[in-house]
Amino acid sequence: MNHEIKYNKLKDIVKVYLPEDVSVDAITLESNFISELNINSANLVDIVLDVEDEFDIMLENADMDKMQTVQDALGIIDAKLEAK
Amino acid sequence: MRRRVVITGMGVCAPNGIGLEAFSEALANGKSGIRFQPELEELGFGCQIAAKPELSDELLAQYFTPLQLRGLNATGIMYGVIAGADAWKDAGLSIADKEQPDWDSGILFGSGTLGVDKFREAMYQIDAKNVRRLGSTTVIQTMASGVSAYLGGILGCGNQVTTNSSACTTGTEGILMGYERIAYGQAERMLVGSCSDSGPYVWAGFDAMRILPRNYNDNPEAASRPMSASAEGFVPGSGAGAMVLESLESAQARGAKIYAEILGGTVNSGGQRGDGTMTAPNSEAVQRCISQAVVNAGIQNNDIDTINGHLTATSKDALEIANWSAALGRSGSDFPYINSFKGLFGHCLSAAGSIECVASVLQFNRSQVFGNLNCKDLHPEITDIITSDRIPQKTIKYQPTILAKASFGFGDVNACVIFKRYTD
Repeated sequence: MNHEIKYNKLKDIVKVYLPEDVSVDAITLESNFISELNINSANLVDIVLDVEDEFDIMLENADMDKMQTVQDALGIIDAKLEAK
Repeated sequence: MRRRVVITGMGVCAPNGIGLEAFSEALANGKSGIRFQPELEELGFGCQIAAKPELSDELLAQYFTPLQLRGLNATGIMYGVIAGADAWKDAGLSIADKEQPDWDSGILFGSGTLGVDKFREAMYQIDAKNVRRLGSTTVIQTMASGVSAYLGGILGCGNQVTTNSSACTTGTEGILMGYERIAYGQAERMLVGSCSDSGPYVWAGFDAMRILPRNYNDNPEAASRPMSASAEGFVPGSGAGAMVLESLESAQARGAKIYAEILGGTVNSGGQRGDGTMTAPNSEAVQRCISQAVVNAGIQNNDIDTINGHLTATSKDALEIANWSAALGRSGSDFPYINSFKGLFGHCLSAAGSIECVASVLQFNRSQVFGNLNCKDLHPEITDIITSDRIPQKTIKYQPTILAKASFGFGDVNACVIFKRYTD
């Protein structure tokens, strides 16, 4: 799975959790989920579950703590897919 | 000094009609919301009929964001948000802006048990050692105050936002609690209401108690028979009703339409003493509740011209009529008109009081008393106390002026509220 496909899949997951006044276009690699995209911190838990389902991987608590930005998430996904 | 409190908005999500227009037409025309439920048959229920609002994805999308709808598996929250948001809109109130809540508006929205289906979903995950897969919405959908929390966020209310729970008295009690908060100057507006989840996991316990009708599975619309000699038990229902209560000053200042005034009322309990038990009412308490509601409202017994009873279609209906008669000192043809809406949509449990109060108040504006369904064969113990013309079989043209509504619940709890037609 190339980088572009993964990024788009992740964007599709994240956009559901954006507040009404944040558009999908605001999502960049550097975006911080909570402080920049204004995603409710409780919903990070749901994003993790959606990522697990989409990529058929499992994230550990430590992974979740490290997942601050979109780039962080992609890095974790890559590592998990490689380890499969 | 109590301030005057009026009703300026209403909303309803009922088994026989969603929205005020569909609901009031259903009431006026005797349209039933009780249907056969294949799910209950499959699970081996004795009573396989029930009443629940018919929701569609399109309807839900008008009230919830796509994010809120993800994993939403709490029918009580769906019904409550539909009824509550509709009442707010009907009152002509706007949604608070993003930065600042409306400090003068609160919410008191009751429930019996909330998010039962969500709870079941979670329990399967937990038992499979999958706690981490629960996601973020299990708590907010299963906490008793979930419905008020959803509404509070949607509307942006900054006054008290809470939930009451007193079994089948919940909705009527909630109206009185909201009324008091405004009457004593602690809020200008209170969205009050109540909801009840649908489904086998809510209704099974009642089926097990053998208090639901079992002989009408092929004839659902005839099953709920309040005041009838052939009443067999209550038909389980669900849904939500809501009202915006407002101080008269606030309503007048913003030129709001006024459905009715709340004169007062009271709640009490029979303490499960005397003839009262966990599931049966103490008659003395019921009579005291009605009498004290009359006193609290500042009216006389004879001022009441219309009653909406609790009248669930069990063997206790005749006792309820006897209690009203004793409390008001009125009988025969001197008794007010009385109806029960449970013939149309069953017993909506924790939502019963709020849905039935909305229905009761609609009668003022339509100059009608809605008819009773399925009681052509009135129970003889009832006609021993009041004349049959007091129990309209069909909707009649009549202008109610003062209406008493009572609800009673498990735990031997009672509530009685007095509504008055509003005239400038």
